[in-house]
Amino acid sequence: MRRFINRRPDAVTQLALMLLPFVIVVICYMVASEARLSVNPNDKLLPGWSTIAAAVERMAFLPDPRTGNYLLWSDTVSSLTRLGIGVAIATLIGGVFGILQGLIPYFRATFNAFTGVLSMIPPLAVLPILFIIFGLGELAKVVLVVVGIVPFIIRDLALRTAEIPHEEIIKAQTLGASTWQIILRVVVPQMLPRLIDGVRLSLGAAWLFLIAAEAIASDSGLGYRIFLMRRYLAMDVILPYVAWITILAFSLDLALRLFQRIAFRWMYRGNGQ
Amino acid sequence: MTRVTVENLWKSYGDQTVLENVSFETEPGSFISLVGPSGCGKSTFLRMMLGDEAPSKGRILIDGVALEAEPSPDRGVVFQKYSVFPHLTALQNVMLGLEFAASPVAARLFGRARRRARAASLDMLKCVGLEQSAHKYPSELSGGMQQRLAIAQALIKKPKILLLDEPFGALDPGIRAEVHEIMLRLWRDEGMTIFMVTHDLSEAFKLGTRVIAFDRRRTRPEELKAYGATVTFDLKVDGKTVPPRPEAPAPLAAAAK
Repeated sequence: MRRFINRRPDAVTQLALMLLPFVIVVICYMVASEARLSVNPNDKLLPGWSTIAAAVERMAFLPDPRTGNYLLWSDTVSSLTRLGIGVAIATLIGGVFGILQGLIPYFRATFNAFTGVLSMIPPLAVLPILFIIFGLGELAKVVLVVVGIVPFIIRDLALRTAEIPHEEIIKAQTLGASTWQIILRVVVPQMLPRLIDGVRLSLGAAWLFLIAAEAIASDSGLGYRIFLMRRYLAMDVILPYVAWITILAFSLDLALRLFQRIAFRWMYRGNGQ
Repeated sequence: MTRVTVENLWKSYGDQTVLENVSFETEPGSFISLVGPSGCGKSTFLRMMLGDEAPSKGRILIDGVALEAEPSPDRGVVFQKYSVFPHLTALQNVMLGLEFAASPVAARLFGRARRRARAASLDMLKCVGLEQSAHKYPSELSGGMQQRLAIAQALIKKPKILLLDEPFGALDPGIRAEVHEIMLRLWRDEGMTIFMVTHDLSEAFKLGTRVIAFDRRRTRPEELKAYGATVTFDLKVDGKTVPPRPEAPAPLAAAAK
């Protein structure tokens, strides 16, 4: 009998095992929903599939009688726009400051402690300040996403940059490179895929801050809709919305990972150094 | 032709003395092997030659001029690891040195300048037998090929001095002999001065025209901190042909004799 640690599932078993937890969750839901609905057919907590399907059709495929919008899609567009702008700005700031802090001693001496302290401020505690300064419009929500994830991206990238072997930086200098040339040809190309890793890791937090901002002050967006529906205990809408947000977040992560694989082939060739 | 003069060189970190009172002078076109036990400061010496670290006392002169305090293109280097850039192909790795020199802002060449740099780099790759692998990334190359690439990358800048920090230490014996031949040939062709740190005595004598050993003279535990290593052996290796000097020896060298 081989040790458990040495036994590996084959491809089919692997797939089955991967699906198992999902199936269990769905079955648990169905059983619980069935049980509650058999006692009270009007129960709203765990709606049956048909109720959920009707809600999805209403939100996604029929225009809202009041505004004429297809709510799921208009909510998705507003949320993704805010998230996209916020993450893009955070990536840019994080990339520039992360690399400079990781590479240049004078920069590190100036900003390291500062970003360390900044990253300890709970972003949600700053949200009221953002609403006061930037108003209740789009800007405050985007800024919350930026403020929420930028310190992490900076610190992560600064660490990755500092991990570039000292030998490479010396070698570049013996090839005659200036500081700028080292940044441009040695550091940035190697840090872009790491930056994508950092952005992927902070996407979860970005969604958190986005939904929090939308829940508090907004008139559209996925987070706004969920918190609006909470007032009516409309689980048949909330559950598909949560599932939809999860799918969106997962797809974004997957897209970034694929982009990284295609754009930075050098990381995946051969067996690495 | 380059003459390196090391004058009363000391290096200490805090109160730990690593090197003390190292002095020697090299003939132009020498191949100096630096040997010694682990921790004897031979790599520290190499880093001071590079300009990566500053001596605590004393100085290093190249053709009578004090060494620049930071790495520069007149001193090429090949480390045991991480000598080439993983995100560039072999060809791009070699071209990089030419692009740095010719394009200060973009650090890239275009058009005819690019084609010239590319041709020169391909020639250089051919010199180390890597013309077939020009478009491979370092992670796709074997250890020996990576080190040959690192040598080609350094030599494209035509350095006066080439510094090798245990460059062949991680290679299999067969591969190592192969790279030795390439190294000797390039050294004879280019007429540069080479400093090579190595653990391997046979390699030191096989390649070097001169073998310099660093070691501590005082080894009692209470003396270890205060006394560093210094030159304990300095041997000329017979039967090695130092490349002929195309120019007259520098006046400083003449004065020294």
